[in-house]
Amino acid sequence: MSEAARETAGATEAVSVTRADPGLFVRVDAGSREAKLDLVVQSMHCAGCMRRIERALGEFDGVSFARANLSTKRVAVRWDSRRLKPAAIVEKLASIGFEAVPFDPKLIGALDESEGRKLLRAMGVAGFAAANVMLLSVSVWAGLVSDMEPETRALFYWISALIALPAIVYSAQPFYRSAFAALRNRQMNMDVPISLAVTLATSMSLVQTIVNAEHVYFDASITLLFFLLIGRYLDVQARNRACEAAQNLLGLRAIAATVIDADGSQRSLPVEALEPGMVVAVAAGARVPADGVVATGISDIDTSLVTGESLPEVVRPGAHVFAGTLNVTAPVQVTVTARDEHSLLAEIVRLMEAAEQGRSAYVRIADRAARIYAPSVHVMALTTVLFWLAMGSGFVTAVTNAIAVLIVTCPCALGLAVPVVQVVATGRLLKHGILLKAADGLERLAEVDTIVFDKTGTLTLGRPRLVDEAVSATDLSVGAALARASRHPLSRALVESAGAKPLPVLSDIHEEPGQGLEGRLGDEVVRLGSREWVGAPAFDDNVHGGPELWLRRGTARPSCFRFMDQLRPDAIETIRALKALGFSIELLSGDREPAARAAAEALGISAWRAGARPDAKIQRLKELAAEGHKVLMVGDGLNDAPALRMAHVSMSPADASDISQTAADFIFQGAKLGAVIEAVEVAKKSRRLVFENFALALAYNAVAIPLAFAGFVTPLIAAVAMSTSSITVTLNSLRLGRVRKAS
Amino acid sequence: MDILVYLMPAALFLGFLGLLGFLWSLKSSQYDDLDGAAERILYDDEDLPRR
Repeated sequence: MSEAARETAGATEAVSVTRADPGLFVRVDAGSREAKLDLVVQSMHCAGCMRRIERALGEFDGVSFARANLSTKRVAVRWDSRRLKPAAIVEKLASIGFEAVPFDPKLIGALDESEGRKLLRAMGVAGFAAANVMLLSVSVWAGLVSDMEPETRALFYWISALIALPAIVYSAQPFYRSAFAALRNRQMNMDVPISLAVTLATSMSLVQTIVNAEHVYFDASITLLFFLLIGRYLDVQARNRACEAAQNLLGLRAIAATVIDADGSQRSLPVEALEPGMVVAVAAGARVPADGVVATGISDIDTSLVTGESLPEVVRPGAHVFAGTLNVTAPVQVTVTARDEHSLLAEIVRLMEAAEQGRSAYVRIADRAARIYAPSVHVMALTTVLFWLAMGSGFVTAVTNAIAVLIVTCPCALGLAVPVVQVVATGRLLKHGILLKAADGLERLAEVDTIVFDKTGTLTLGRPRLVDEAVSATDLSVGAALARASRHPLSRALVESAGAKPLPVLSDIHEEPGQGLEGRLGDEVVRLGSREWVGAPAFDDNVHGGPELWLRRGTARPSCFRFMDQLRPDAIETIRALKALGFSIELLSGDREPAARAAAEALGISAWRAGARPDAKIQRLKELAAEGHKVLMVGDGLNDAPALRMAHVSMSPADASDISQTAADFIFQGAKLGAVIEAVEVAKKSRRLVFENFALALAYNAVAIPLAFAGFVTPLIAAVAMSTSSITVTLNSLRLGRVRKAS
Repeated sequence: MDILVYLMPAALFLGFLGLLGFLWSLKSSQYDDLDGAAERILYDDEDLPRR
């Protein structure tokens, strides 16, 4: 922990235990004592917000730098650590209405941001060289039909070489590196033919320049690199943006644990620093920071994120609790057992690793194309050499024509076909709140024919709602009046259904954790809670399978409130639409049978399974894969994480557990399930566009290769053909974005 | 054609200046927040944050 963090740890522990202490995320420079902090401010969305944030921070004495980044929704602050405490910064932003969440890029595995910059720099260099070489080339082309003297032409070629050679050496590095990596693994990707064509075109042009020949191809190789770098940069940039947004979501839930030391003092620690044997305090409404055993206190634990069970579970001292579950009713103290090999998390991680190995390695479309394309191009070049030699022409002519074949077939359009589509698709999905995390996620999604849903938190909102409207109005208002005192999800649902009705005033309300509430209405004792708590008969008439609450007023017969987990607002239409699109739908729930059946029936899903543990979910996915189905898994819980890894492609809602979000290929924000349809549609359209692009590129090759083979391809023809094919492919890809504006 | 002796270095020099300008703008983080830069134009001068 940094010194600044230690200073503030004492100040914040009493205030908040669910939010991370900002001090934990501060990086202090030892020499200048300058502190740095990054904050995620999700609600910042306009110039006014930026100005208010930067002004508010600038007012602090000691703040030397405050800059808001609207694209990433992050704020960077630097200040003198001796003059200001980090908690004050967060509080200041809260006071002007912005919830700022501190976050350390290192803690959530930040991306290599320099990759984008390196590509951009290479692109700048290639662009500069391409423009200047092209100026010289155009003069030469004009000179070919007019009166340029060979000496002037030679001078132009030498200058072109002088500009192009260093630029190519510098800006072709990303392609060389990737091509070498592929070859070392005995694989083929698009960068292999690209690297080869660039190298050959450049070295041949150099030789031609030295022997003062008529044609050189410096312009072709450098513009080729320029176009390809644009595609690659856009690709990286789009993915970085989606990943940043995903990181922000995870960072928003960064939690710190409050550790109680042996002497009874409390301190705040990042969850990662917890050790087995430590005792942590878990307040009501906070998440359990680590697997452990309850030491003191009785409470209800909401395990829906972990097991898919929609009912909170009562825990007493000695009970096991799992990291990520929500403590609902009362504060408890938990002894950490995180290192326990048998902890749920350890089991989930093991299953995830196993699932990862089981998943067949997907080969991207572009690489699959390269596997066919590269060898056939090389065979064609070889044929050209042999043909011209057989025709009795000289070795130089034969090799020149072969190289011309390699240059015109260089997959510029192919290299652009996939990235441009990917960029437009990622941007379109991002506007709909869908984050694409895996580079090949779209391609895999386009192949899907079966969709498997988890229930709690995925098809449903994971929030119970009162279903049995037959309860009397008085019972409802008395129950709601009592329920107002509790944060149990059922109590909250009850208060919600009572609406804005005036509620009676009860006195002496207290909550018995794990049992229920008790209060007084006049002389009557009123109890709300479990069946035992109100002394209701214990026979089982609970047929609807959902959670229930009982209310007893005085000595009257107890009445029952029944609850159901609420479906996502558009779940029914979404399932219907997906079926209409020809997908087969399955439901794999970890919840109990009646609840799963009710949801399946409401949604019209005939294939469903209840009580599925993580390994059962994996088993089912394996069966489907063995039958040749490509499965999209949509799930949110920790118990879904292995299945999300195992499935062909996976999606998670943004409020899913951290591990599930890490495992999923797509993350969708908002309450609506319609995001699944949007993602699938975009994926299918992208796939079609990619294939159209391939067809365009091949059509161009069909014209250019015979010309090159016959030895008719001059640098002018090569440049014109290459640019037109690249531009056609790019324009075709942009259609994906235009569909959005029309609809 | 002697004019080329002056024009070509001049053209290359100007192009090179452009490249340097681009590399400088890249180095000073001007491409990190494209959305923000578009909105910042709406700031009044007295509102500029302290750097």
